[in-house]
Amino acid sequence: MTKILPRKDVVIVGLGWTGSILAHELTDQGLDVVAIERGPWRDTATDFNIGYAQDELRYSIRRDLFLQPAVETMTVRNDPSQKALPMRDFGSFLPGNGVGGAGVHWNGHTWRFWDSDFQIKTNLTKKYGASRIADLQVEDWGVTGAEMEPYYDQFEYLAGISGKAGNIKGQLQEGGNPFEDPRSRDYPNPPMQMTYAPTLFAEVGRSIGLHPFPTPSANMSRAYVNPLGIAMGQCTYCGFCERFGCANYSKSSAQTTVLPVLMKKSNFEVRTDSEVLHVDLAPGGKSARGVTYVDTSGEEYFQPADLVLLCAYGLHNTRLMMLSGIGKIYDPGSGEGTVGRNYCYQTNAGVQVFFDDKNFNPFIAAGALGQTIDDYNGDAFDHGALDFVGGAGINCIPTNGRPIGTRPTLPGTPKWGSAWKKATVEGYKSTLGYSSQGSSYATRNNYLDLDPTYKDRFGRPLMRMTFDFPDNDIRMSNYVCDRMEEIAKALGGKQYAVSRRKKGWDSVPYQSTHNTGGAIMGTDPKKSAVNTFLQSWDVPNVFVIGASAFPQNAGKNPTGTVGALAFRAADAIRNQYLRNPGAPLVQA
Amino acid sequence: MTSDPPTQVVAGGWHFFSAQEAALVEAIVDRIIPADELSMGGKEAGCAVYIDRQLMGAFGASSRLYTQGPFLPGLPTQGYQGEANPAQRYRTGLAAIDAFLKQRDGKTFVELAPAEQDAFLTAMEAGKVDLPNGVKGPGFFGLLLQNTMEGFFADPVYGGNKDMVSWRMLGFPGARYDYRDHVSKHNQPYPQPPVSIIGRPEWLGKGA
Repeated sequence: MTKILPRKDVVIVGLGWTGSILAHELTDQGLDVVAIERGPWRDTATDFNIGYAQDELRYSIRRDLFLQPAVETMTVRNDPSQKALPMRDFGSFLPGNGVGGAGVHWNGHTWRFWDSDFQIKTNLTKKYGASRIADLQVEDWGVTGAEMEPYYDQFEYLAGISGKAGNIKGQLQEGGNPFEDPRSRDYPNPPMQMTYAPTLFAEVGRSIGLHPFPTPSANMSRAYVNPLGIAMGQCTYCGFCERFGCANYSKSSAQTTVLPVLMKKSNFEVRTDSEVLHVDLAPGGKSARGVTYVDTSGEEYFQPADLVLLCAYGLHNTRLMMLSGIGKIYDPGSGEGTVGRNYCYQTNAGVQVFFDDKNFNPFIAAGALGQTIDDYNGDAFDHGALDFVGGAGINCIPTNGRPIGTRPTLPGTPKWGSAWKKATVEGYKSTLGYSSQGSSYATRNNYLDLDPTYKDRFGRPLMRMTFDFPDNDIRMSNYVCDRMEEIAKALGGKQYAVSRRKKGWDSVPYQSTHNTGGAIMGTDPKKSAVNTFLQSWDVPNVFVIGASAFPQNAGKNPTGTVGALAFRAADAIRNQYLRNPGAPLVQA
Repeated sequence: MTSDPPTQVVAGGWHFFSAQEAALVEAIVDRIIPADELSMGGKEAGCAVYIDRQLMGAFGASSRLYTQGPFLPGLPTQGYQGEANPAQRYRTGLAAIDAFLKQRDGKTFVELAPAEQDAFLTAMEAGKVDLPNGVKGPGFFGLLLQNTMEGFFADPVYGGNKDMVSWRMLGFPGARYDYRDHVSKHNQPYPQPPVSIIGRPEWLGKGA
């Protein structure tokens, strides 16, 4: 028996970064908003306790703060000919759970995508010809870099990003990223203090003609009060960032930048430990009536609302659309359908350089403390004579020295015994690592749909992920690995090792929680699930906000762009949608 | 509550292992991490105690993982697809090791000389021994290796890493949280000793 609750103006599914931003903006507009969050309530003092937050086993290995596969997982395979099987444990990526979402345990790398990323198909076709991208399914986003700039700025000031501008209103800035698009002003906070490894990496990079700059970081370089009046503390470089909540109010998250203000508002409410099963559509399927959810006692509720915002993790947004019948599920055979289309990931590779005479103190670290080289990212370099498109940021961001997971050793070292131990001690402090974070471009056969066999705890189909690294992306990654080898040689250690990316995506070892696409934005309803304001083409009182909207992924972490898209959607709802609720903002 | 502080594991008695299983696991962790000039061995460090307590909890039961069928063989890239949880895998895996060695050598693992133990583990890791009851050597060895390393390098609160032995060996300062004084002291050793979530041995039992 489903309990029917009093109507709300807005129901938000998921209270992470995007849900918090949308809730804050729409409650400011005077709307009555409820957020329904699958996981628990979490806050700094109660859940990221300074007395025991530095627990590698609990938070990094057993992943206490993450979504548990028993609650929801997905099936995986590399191509449509294989039988997809469930990820019984997460590995390659680790979705978040609970209030704050993955924003609780992210590292904090906060990038802007470039105009050349947004207008990618137009750009690449013009520069290199349509045949260069014939094997790919890349799409324009339908927005320009200049249109996105104010929303990036808004997110960076909300989150107190530490960094150095490379281009302010067209003027190049010494020490910043010369390849970035113009920004209206500098970051709200200066770069963090540099540890030894990224300092050396930057010196050597500069000496061979590259352009290193401090990675834009959501770890505070100094105390900061954001535009909402919320105070954050200076990062203490403890090295327990990724996979951990910050006990020190030094890492931006919904908890440290939005919730202290949002939770006090009388027109906002959150219901935690409550999982939305689906969005309920009106007869005809052209309008949403609200959502159905279930609490931990198994009680089912219907929450009516005029406006439904899917603000869960991107993959979960896509699945909720599939389970709710919002839009048509993509079919790679016919190329028809939009939900599940253009699933992309991240194409990473890494280098380790081993020294005898250096002590990098790897435990002195922060999630986003490091240096980046963008000379080979996106379309910053000419691809005319090359056989691929895309690129990678080269990042020296040593995030930790936590010893269960971080024990670099020379290639060929046994995994146990006295020889293992000796090599482990030798390598621990004296190894410098860096990696390429590569773009991931869409292809016809990389997609999401519903699994025909495996079900979740409520008996609903799991989502099925079909993914492998496209040949284009492997060629890109190998090219950038060659460039990383040049840096390794210039660094001059006693030995170096390159881990190249190979085809046959492996769901087991951790790679990146940058899953994008599935409900992509665009200007053509036949190819995109949402318009450029993230409004569903099919059900206009549903907005789908997250990295699910990326038509493909750049060689950058997605959160900055996710935050900017959230502010852009909020702006569109406040200033356009509410004038004529329920109507499409863009005519198909 | 998921946000509760951890509880200190106290050595003494076995919660999951039988006495015979415990002796076998202690012998194995002492070969994976042998006592030498760099540190004490895995047994003295408490790795077997750590594994014993982990197998009694959520890890042993796979209670957080997706455990619905059907259980079908998959590609290595699809991850572990077996029906058995770690507690069951230890029970059958340990029994299979001793059954195999008794059949082959007439001895159990603990009765072998260290070099023979190493040779057996090396063969098991490489998939070169046919263990009975369908136990896959490389998979079970991987589980043993993973858990032994966890015990050795995790905070001592979980029963291994006695006296923060592995942290002292590496120079990892443990559960400290403020390195602002040392960030820009490049290439200089960090001067402070490690500290655990439960403090340092020197502090315990004082000030009561």
